[in-house]
This record gives sequence, structure tokens and C-alpha cells, in this order.
Amino acid sequence: MDEAFPAPPATVEARRDSPSPPPPRSHGESHKPHRHDSAHKHVSGTATYTDDVPEPPGTLHLQIAYAPLARGRIEGTLAAVRAVPGVVAILDGTTVPGENNIGPVRHDEPLFAFAGGSAQIEYHGQPLFAVVATTRDAARRAAHAFKPSATHAQTPVITIADAIAAGTTVEEPYRMAKGDAAAAIAAAPRRVSGTMDIGGQEHFSLEGNVALALPGEDDDVHVYSSNQHPSECQEVVARVLGVPAHAVTIEVRRLGGGFGGKETQGNLAAAAAALAAKALGKPVKCRFDRDDDFIISGKRHEFLIEYEAGFDEAGTLLGVRFVQHARCGWSLDLSRGICDRAMFHADNAYAIPALEVISHRWRTNTCSNTAFRGFGGPQGMVGIERVLEHVAHDLGADPLAVRQRNLYRPSQPARVRTTHYGMVVEDAVIDRIVDDLVVSSDYLARREAIAADNATSPIIKRGIALTPVKFGISFTTTFLNQAGALVHVYKDGSVMLNHGGIEMGQGVYVKVAQVAADAFGLPLSAVKITATRTDKVPNTSATAASSGADMNGMAAQNACETIRDRLVAFMAKREGCAAEAVAFADGHVHTPGKSVPFAEVVHAAYLARISLSASGYYATPKIHWDRERAHGRPFYYFAYGAAVTEAAIDTLTGEARLLRADILHDAGRSLNPAVDLGQIEGGYVQGAGWLMCEELVWSPDGRLATHAPATYKIPCASDRPMDMRVAIWGPGQNRELTVKRSKAVGEPPLMLAISAHQAIGAAIASVRNDFHQLDAPATPERILAALDG
Amino acid sequence: MNAIQLRLNGKDRRIDGVAPTTMLLDWLRGEGLTGTKEGCAEGDCGACTVAVRRHGKPAAALNACIMPIALAHGAHVTTVEAADHPIKGALVEYHGSQCGFCTPGIVMTIAALPADAPTDRCSLEDALAGNLCRCTGYGPILAAAADAISAAPSPPDAPPEVGSLDMTANGVRFRCPATEDEFAQALAESPDARIIAGATDVGLWMTKHLYEAAEFISIAGVGCLSSIEDDGETLTIGAAVTHADFMAAIHGKAPGVSELMRRFAGPQVRAAGTVCGNIANGSPIGDLPPALIAAGATVEIASATGQRVLPLEDFFIAYGQQDRAAGEYVRALHVPWGGLCAVSCHKVSKRFDSDISAVMAAFNVTLDGGRVSAAGIAFGGMAETPKRASHAEAALLGQPYTPEGVAGAIAALADDFAPLTDLRASAEYRLKVAGNLFIRDAIERGDPAVRTRLAGRAAA
Repeated sequence: MDEAFPAPPATVEARRDSPSPPPPRSHGESHKPHRHDSAHKHVSGTATYTDDVPEPPGTLHLQIAYAPLARGRIEGTLAAVRAVPGVVAILDGTTVPGENNIGPVRHDEPLFAFAGGSAQIEYHGQPLFAVVATTRDAARRAAHAFKPSATHAQTPVITIADAIAAGTTVEEPYRMAKGDAAAAIAAAPRRVSGTMDIGGQEHFSLEGNVALALPGEDDDVHVYSSNQHPSECQEVVARVLGVPAHAVTIEVRRLGGGFGGKETQGNLAAAAAALAAKALGKPVKCRFDRDDDFIISGKRHEFLIEYEAGFDEAGTLLGVRFVQHARCGWSLDLSRGICDRAMFHADNAYAIPALEVISHRWRTNTCSNTAFRGFGGPQGMVGIERVLEHVAHDLGADPLAVRQRNLYRPSQPARVRTTHYGMVVEDAVIDRIVDDLVVSSDYLARREAIAADNATSPIIKRGIALTPVKFGISFTTTFLNQAGALVHVYKDGSVMLNHGGIEMGQGVYVKVAQVAADAFGLPLSAVKITATRTDKVPNTSATAASSGADMNGMAAQNACETIRDRLVAFMAKREGCAAEAVAFADGHVHTPGKSVPFAEVVHAAYLARISLSASGYYATPKIHWDRERAHGRPFYYFAYGAAVTEAAIDTLTGEARLLRADILHDAGRSLNPAVDLGQIEGGYVQGAGWLMCEELVWSPDGRLATHAPATYKIPCASDRPMDMRVAIWGPGQNRELTVKRSKAVGEPPLMLAISAHQAIGAAIASVRNDFHQLDAPATPERILAALDG
Repeated sequence: MNAIQLRLNGKDRRIDGVAPTTMLLDWLRGEGLTGTKEGCAEGDCGACTVAVRRHGKPAAALNACIMPIALAHGAHVTTVEAADHPIKGALVEYHGSQCGFCTPGIVMTIAALPADAPTDRCSLEDALAGNLCRCTGYGPILAAAADAISAAPSPPDAPPEVGSLDMTANGVRFRCPATEDEFAQALAESPDARIIAGATDVGLWMTKHLYEAAEFISIAGVGCLSSIEDDGETLTIGAAVTHADFMAAIHGKAPGVSELMRRFAGPQVRAAGTVCGNIANGSPIGDLPPALIAAGATVEIASATGQRVLPLEDFFIAYGQQDRAAGEYVRALHVPWGGLCAVSCHKVSKRFDSDISAVMAAFNVTLDGGRVSAAGIAFGGMAETPKRASHAEAALLGQPYTPEGVAGAIAALADDFAPLTDLRASAEYRLKVAGNLFIRDAIERGDPAVRTRLAGRAAA
């Protein structure tokens, strides 16, 4: 085996031998690599997902019938649908007692487009009506039986280019700027400009959208939903039913993956099932077929990015301008926040003296694009990394050197460290992470070796690239940065924990439980993690924006501390000591005189009539955002990381393979290094899928051609880099007062995979002189085009 | 027998009263065994993987989502709830589950492997090529599998042999004959019945297109058609021979086709789908047909009244149309060893493993004194059927087999093919790559030291 293709087992070994996370610095449960709380249930098939909840007798099944064309008006009757054996009911826009709308921010998405014999259609896949039948099979057959009697098709707006030509938008353009970028570019000694297409991404959580609704008495309905945002789901269900929110309970124990795809997209199944359950007085389940899920639900936004940059001979950026064109789909959904976040990350980790970002939010007759891990940030970051790549090419320099020259550094004056939205970067550690990674990955020597090897390898060419990540943590809609928790301590000393966070595999449940256990000095096993429910903790925000552990951990800690303070006061009085002398550790409550088991203290407190239940609350401090002025501090802090990827391409076919990835990621003082490593590795591979093999293809008439795993290819085991070395950055420590000084880790690692795209670009650059035009995803066809173009 | 006889997690079950086309996954979940998940209902994600053991065969991982329950007749099905395997503990220890939804399928894929299965990285990736995980990036899963496989306990007992099945329920008649006579007789009686074997294609017609038929006849249980005969010159592959069996038969002998088969679907599909089924369904890509055409294979078509043999390339008439009359069935393929071992294969797709080719090329080029003296070259993905590149073959004759010498053949490709643009690739890309594959094949033949591959063992 030659050096390009290391011995296969090395990767697995490397992962185990990769630099270890910092050793635990506390005696408690936090900062320890606890396994996922449900791991033993995952492997034995006993973890209950929504579709596994036992169906009550008489459960009916609901199927959404969706639009057969991308734009136009259809007419027809539902007689053929009704005639299918097993059909119990059909629900359309005329049968909705409340508002026939499930739009999450703007009320611009009818639950059912079909009403009174016709429908105005805005995308292929738009929900028309629902069929309820005795079996799922019957419901599906009935939905397929619908054939419009008349179709008045209109020319659909499908691509970004179509939308630019037609001038269709979901909202006004938006601008952020620092300095006079146009003037800086014009005055710069050197300039580059270009455009880049960036494809979207289907979430493909292995569990698709599903809900089971159980009708209750009065207006009540209880909905099991695979949903990242139960409070909003509750609001939408209540809106559709025309009932108060208190009548609707949403329950979510776990998701089989979310990635943003269930932040708003889970509401359709929940609302339709709840509507049918109340209309028929029967339990109703709605579980999407995978292909339907692809066709109906939104995805990551496609972007077209135009850029121009001015810089000096040394590679220092002087001015950069971006025009970001986003394909939002047919409705607003979360596109405002997503497009804003793309703009916020247009600087990535670079201090750019003059930066202007203009964002266009295009409306198209395609599914309404939605949240996806990174929430627009990745697209913005790809844009600036392309600029750095182009600048380095123009100078004939190593892109790493150009990147290092432009990084945010703590030594810079505050005005230099100020972003294009007015926030001073106070916590820049990216320069240190990059320095460490350059050494640990042996970047410089490998880059030389690759160049030498490419000279003797006529067909297979390799490339290597290092890219940094700086990702802003907080919802940029400031009011969303609040969280709640509910903690009960029972008389036997056991603890029940509930909060607004949704467990979707990212380990938020175990992390928050670790925090709660430490608050009481208890072992993790003493804390029972319970399903997230809107009747336990109200008015929660989505588990999104990487905020789950940050915010819910603090809220849970707050609830635990409330109870603990009561116990402290009780013990101080009982033992005649100062409150400061009461400590909780090792399952005991310690006072100067004695150590009493926690359960005994709790029982005694109960007998003394002390409340052992508390709610907790947290609102992220310091943040503010003035959207009118595009100025403020939208983020509490930044998470950082960097990756070096080495890739090989086949110049005859355009195929590419990731040979090695070295990652150094800042998780602050990691709450759970095992969970965080999993997020980092998994995020990278998911990001590599987005930028390499995952290609969404729409036909010219607006049908999604890649609507199943047979045609839409997410990474499989052999797509993982052959040699992968992942480490949490040892010195990591959040300078802000986050939960136990940890940092959010859900989204940022996805963007480490930009290094994979850049490594492919470097391999292409080895065989051509002018700058390549490698768009994303870098499929074999795009790579071959970039080689030949 | 008029009811399905199967063993589920060690317990014998007799099943009637459910449609024989009910998918095994749906039936299991209805039985309360909800550990087995539906991820895609088309055999592409592996979340529904169960271990299936049949009489006289080792255990195999199969996709329960596209397996009509009638095909489980005579099988021992083990689900994640009952599997006793160290992979469970290893996945916990290595943090190999995050959301956990793919995990049961991964457990069962590993649990179906023998304890002596290889645990090098490539082999583990191949073993897991039919299981998608969206969370972990696979590293901890690979590590857990490497640790656990060798400690595997002995597999569940093989069930006893059961006879044929002829059941009718919910308006569907489903027959699983045990002998070829029975099969031929059944087909003669019901020439319009849908013939199935592994149901890896028809199964997803059912789950995705809601396909229905009144009668199904399975060829999978026909004993004499499930063997591979080898007379030293020719390999005869019976209609019930799976891709996995075929792979085992050519292992170490036909490197080009072996590498193609390694990348052909995933283990679950290869263990169910048949070589002859991949021919009979007439896919325009098919992956295997181009290789078999280039190898000089012939196909044997039979009916109750006789049989005929024709060159494989003549079997494919047009898109969706094959040379098979009602009442006829693809009985076997005859593949000459000489051609099979000589064929080199080039599969180009967006993802290396378990993907459908944009272009699939197979070359069987004979050289005499450095010049091409004979050429059998076939492509998939370039036309409405798998097809020989006759003009390019002719242009190669007498030429040196070098990157320069193949230029005429590349130019002639435009006379052979006018490929389509679809979701997998554009017409331009297909034609360009098809030509480039001549260059790659010539380089590989002329100078094996030059690196030309990124995937598989050939890359190492």
C-alpha cells in the first residue's frame, strides 16, 4: 500500500488513539464521557419512537394527497378517493374548524390547498387534502386515486435564475455592511470575482415525519409527534383546531434524527392527525412514506453566491462584497432567519476591513426550504472560503497562508475584530486552533509530498486543504433565547428531569441530566429523563441553533438550585450551621457535623413540608439585535474549529474520495466529550455529504427527481475519510458563563467539511492554470467539468 | 402447504389470513416487534434489516421492508429484540448510536455475519454498505463491529426443510414451488402470474407504486435452480442463484467482476436478489448485464414446453421489453469462465457503494502482439438497454491498446450511443466518461503501476 491509501484499520485505531479530550476536572458527572442515555435501548430495539407507540384499538391512518404539478389551478371531485375500500373520511380546506394554515412565522401555508373542488397550487408536493382510512395501505391507495378533472398549469418558477428573471421573492432583500467594500475593492492592488452554486440538502433523518393523535375530552388532543419544536407544533395544532393552546399537548420522547428537518416540517403530520382525531373521535396516525417525505417537506436552501474581493500582494483582504441569492421555495417558513445567518457567517473566521453582504430571498415553486444544521451559516461560510481559495490561487500562494493572514486574532484592536454586523469578536481562539492543527496534521510536509506525488501520478490527483470555522451561538431572533425546565425530587430521593430540549441523537438529554445530577451531588443514575411535553414545560423554543444543552442545561440547573437552596436552608436550620457550610456530593448532604444520604434529607424535608418541585428558567444574557440597523450582538459567543482534509480525484471520471481528515474542534469545557466527539465526526461526514454526493435534482417542470435513497445518496460507511483523526481542542473553555463553561456543538462541525470541498478544489488546481469553477455538490460530473472547463 | 411456515426468534409460527404480499417488516411491527424500523421501504437504508436463516444455508441479513412475508416461508427470522450478539454491547461502548433509529438494522447486519468474517476496514465497509446512518459518520460503528464480530455466538438453528407453498389470502395467490416441474406447471397454468425471486425490485413496486397482482410465483425456493454448476469451462447460474452466491463462486477468480459485485447494491440486496432476476427485469443499467454481455454469456429461456438459448445481448429488445413470452421464464445463465475472468469493469456513480451507475462499462479485450485482436465491450446507463458498443469494438480491432490507440474507438462511441440526461448524469458527461474509460482500461492493461482507481481493493 502506498502512502496515499493508508492501511484500512488505521482509521479506527486513529479514532481511538486520537488526542484525548481533557481529563475530567470535576468529581461530578459533568465533563465525563457518559454513554447516550438510550444507547442500550437503541441496540436492543426497545427505544420507543413515535411510530412504535402502541396504537390504541381502532386507530385510523391518514395519508396526505399532494399536488401533481408545480404551479397552477386544478379542479376535481373526491368521489374516486371516497370510493376506495377502507376510506373513512376526507379532510380538505373546508373541513378545518380553525384556521386552514400551518405557516410557522407568516401564515402563508394552507394546511390543505384543496377546498370546494379546486386548489391553487404553488409546488409539486403541496398538501391538497387528507384521506383517513382503516389501514395505511388503504389511505395511500385512496390518495393516489385522486385525478384532477381539469388542470390549468402555469409556468413554474423553479431555479434561482428563474426567480431572478421573474422577480419573485418571499421578502425584501437585506443588507449588512462594514466600511465601504466597493471602494476598498476598487482601490485594492489585486481583485478577484466569481460566482458559486451551492446545492441544497435533504435531511434524510432515518425516521421520517410521523404523528399519532389521540382525542381527549372537551377540546383536548394529545399528539405524539416527531418534532423539534413542540411548543410551535402545539400552537399550530391549536390554530388549526380553533382551540386554546391549553387543549393541545405535544409529547416527544425522541427523534430518529432531526437536523432541522423537524423544526417546522413536523407540524403538517401533527396538525392533520390532530384534526382527523378530533373530527372522528378516533386515534389517527400519519406517517409519511419516505418518497412523500422527500417530495412534500423542505430542505437546505440552495444558494448562488456572487463575490468580488480586493486584496494586497501579501494576501490581506481589503474589501469583500457578496450577493447571496437563496432559493426559499414557495413560502417564507424560516427563510428570514436562515438567510440572515448566511449573512452573519459571510466573514467566517476572517477580519475583513470592509465587507458588504446583500441577501436576496427568492420565491420559487418548489418545497419551502427550511432549517438544516447550520441554518444558512454553512452556505455563507462556503462563500468566503471560496474567496480565500480564489485569492490564494491568484497570488500563487498556499491557501492556508492566506487564511492565517486574515484570521480574527485576540491581539487585534476591537475595531478590527468587529464584524460586519457590529459585534466585537471577543473570544477568538481560531488562530491557536489553526496553529495547533497545522502541527498535528503535519499539513506543510503533506502538502509538499502531495505536490511531488501528483507530478508522477497522471490519473489520480490529490489535494489538501485546511479551513476554519467560527460559528455564532444563539438564535438570532433574540426572544427565542429562553428555556424552561421542571424538576421533581420524590420522597425516595429520585429525581425527575424535564425540559424543553428535544433528544434527536445529539445527547441533550444525557448532558442536561449530568448537570442536574451534579446540582444535587447525585450519580447520573438517580436522574430520570422524561419525554419533552408541552404540558410540563411551556412556551419553549425549538431545539435548534445548537442551543439545546446550553439553554436547557442552564434552565435545569436553575430548577435544581431552587430545590437545593430550600434543602440547604432546611439543613442549615436543622444542623445549626451556616448555609454556606451545606454541600451536596457523593449522594450525600454534607454539613460540618455529619453526612446524610440525600434520600434521607429529602424525606425529612418532605415531612417538614418543604416543596421538592421547581421550575427553572434561563434567558441568554448580553445579546441584542437591531434588525433595522443590522447592528448588535446577536450571538452570546462563537464556537470554533478547524479541519484538514486530503482528497483524491480521478481525472478521467471525476470521482473523488476523502483520504484523511484531521479535526480540532472547540467544545469549550465539554459537558460530555464522548457525545461531543460524536457530533463532530458525524457533523463532518454529513457536511461532506452535502458538498460531495448529495445532489437534489429537479426536473424543469418542478418535480423532485431524487426523492428516495435509491436516487439521493447520503454518505455510507465507505465515504467516511479513510483515515479520520478527531479531537476536541484541549484548552477549550468558554469565556462566557455558559453551563459549566461548555460550548454548543450541534451545528458547527458540519462546516468543517468545507475543507473536503476545498481539498478537491486543490486537486483540480494541480492540473489547471486558471481558477476552477467547482460548484457544490462536487459530484463526479461537476469535478470533471471543473477539470475540463 | 397453504399457510406460511416460519420460525420467528426461535418460535415456530404458522401464518395464514394475512395477504402473502404483506411485507415482513409490516407483519413484524404488527406483532409488536417494533425494534425493526422502516427507513425507506425500498431496501436502500437497512433500518429494517433482520437475520434470515434458511435450510442448508448460513444466516443472511435481509431487508424486511421489501420482502413479502410469503418469501419467509421456511425461514428462521431473527429480529433485533432476540439477537444475542456482542455488537450490541460494543455499539454502546463505542458510542455507536446517536438517534438510534438505524441502530437495530446495523446490529442485525453485523449479527448475521459469521464469527470468522474479516474485520479489516474495507470488509467492514462492505458489510455495512446497505446500512445508512445519518448521525455518527460511521467511525464508532466500524470500531464496534471490528471488536464484536469475532466474539459472535453460533447462529440460530437452521429451520427444517418445508415443502412448497400455495396460499391465497386477501385475494392474492402466492406460490413458492419447491421443484422446477412444479414451477413450470404453475407458470403454464398462470402465464400472467408475476414471477419473483428475491423481490428486491418487485418489492419496491409494491411499497412505492402500490403494485398489485392477483398471482405471484416465486422461483426462489426451486432447489435445482439455486445452484451454480461449473464444468470448468462454463459457469451455469440457475434462476434462483443470488448475487451473494454468485460472488462467492467467482471469488478470487474473476477480479473485475468481483469488484463490480462488491459495489453492487449492499449485502442485504445481494443476499435476496438473483443474477437472473437482474437480467429478467431488463433494467437499462443493470450493472451486471454489461459485464455478462462482455463475457459472452448466453441466457436460457424455458417454459413448460421446452427451452431455448440466446446470446444475452439479444435478450434485451428495448426499454422495458425483453425476449420472454408469457409462460416463459429465465432458467439460467451460461457464462464462459474465459470471458468472465478477462472482463474488466468500470462503474461510475455519485456514491461508490450501493448506488446505481451513471455509466457502467465492461471490457473484454484480447491482445495479440500488443494490438487488439478481439473486443467485447458493453455499457449500461448509455442506452435504453444494456448494450454492446459495436462500432467502438470494430474501431479497436488492430489498434494498439494504449491511450492513443483507443482514440478511434472513443470517436466511434457517438455512433453506438446517444445517452440521456437524467438525475444521475447528463448525456454529455456519460459520453465523455464512456470514452475516458477506454483510456483508463488501456492504461490499466498496459501499465498496472499507474494508479487509476479510488475505490475498493483495486485502489490499495
